[in-house]
Amino acid sequence: MGEISLKLNGKLETRDVADNTLLVDFIREHIGLTGTHVGCDTSQCGACVIHLDGVSVKACTMLAKQAEGSEIVTIEGLADGDELHPMQQAFHENHGLQCGFCTPGMVMSAIEMVTKNKNISEDEIRKGLEGNICRCTGYHNIVQSVKAGAAKMGG
Amino acid sequence: MYSTKYIKPNSTSEALEAIKSMGEGKFLAGGMTLIPTLKQRLASPDGLVDISGCDLDSISDEGDAIKIGAMTKHASVAESGLVNKAIPALAKLADGIGDRQVRNRGTLGGSVANNDPSACYPSAVLALKAIVHTNTRSIEADEFFTGMFETALEENEIIEAISFSKPTRANYVKFPNPASRYAMVGVFVAQFNDGVRVAVTGAGEGGVFRHAEMEAALSSNYNADALSALEISSEGLISDLHASPEYRANLIKEMTKRAVA
Repeated sequence: MGEISLKLNGKLETRDVADNTLLVDFIREHIGLTGTHVGCDTSQCGACVIHLDGVSVKACTMLAKQAEGSEIVTIEGLADGDELHPMQQAFHENHGLQCGFCTPGMVMSAIEMVTKNKNISEDEIRKGLEGNICRCTGYHNIVQSVKAGAAKMGG
Repeated sequence: MYSTKYIKPNSTSEALEAIKSMGEGKFLAGGMTLIPTLKQRLASPDGLVDISGCDLDSISDEGDAIKIGAMTKHASVAESGLVNKAIPALAKLADGIGDRQVRNRGTLGGSVANNDPSACYPSAVLALKAIVHTNTRSIEADEFFTGMFETALEENEIIEAISFSKPTRANYVKFPNPASRYAMVGVFVAQFNDGVRVAVTGAGEGGVFRHAEMEAALSSNYNADALSALEISSEGLISDLHASPEYRANLIKEMTKRAVA
């Protein structure tokens, strides 16, 4: 056990955690933010993608202790009150989901790749989503959503 | 995951002290292999020594080589202006490892120390005449990889950096497994003034290896045609559910042709 402090969605959080606590369990169980999903729990599916110091990572493949002192943003940290983030809005408008389980991870990956590459191409979007698996839509609308989100974000 | 201890020291000397204080400790780099291994309970170290705070993540130009710190992430190598200018094939390789999230966490040193038979980086280390710098010595690439998941690293030896020689030209082409993105076969070809080196990953039962016949053929003629007449032996190649040794032998030739095309 030991104490960790980190910034989660802009708020400083300090908790006692066991050394083998996964970051995703810290977020879901200790903090209570369950928008970050656990799909495969083997680093494949990307449902647990969050932003750690500005880059996308799979929260199931990190220890909470490795995130000491970092700044984390989860899907819950994107909207401004009732106003969705432009990427969330784009997924909504383009029907970029069916069951929605993979969506938090998709949105977090999408925002990172668009932030780094404003004029992102369809090929780059598809490559950028390699770490996110969707078992419903077949990706077409997801890719459309990311394109639309990129445009809204100033691409 | 079994219960374990986690320590994050601020230097390699502290890291060595920490691991010596444990019965059976493991160094934790990016964790892209080690954390899943622990989650599957395939390993149960007493403790993890996270070396991400040991200042091992710089990239520098050393004249005839590019030196990359062991904790440099794949994404940083892929985006590095220095690497893209001096050895673009190395940046391309880094940009194709795993997926975006793996590249944001996974490290050069972690990959090379693990020596997964399907990992991309070992082929670059071998083809680019790299020197592996550890806390105690410098190891030439030809001496470093000793078998599947095996290296010349001693217990409690930490890779600090790897120097990659600048080739006159080079390329890396892999045939990724469609699900895992690991290389079913990956070939790194590098041309130097004294000849061509060809390193093959993903295919060998003993891990990454150099291909003498293709090196000889490409040293006299750096062209896909130079390989046409070569028979690639399937002896010692991996057989698994993804591909037979014969199929891998064919992929070795095909990937090499593409690399020099």
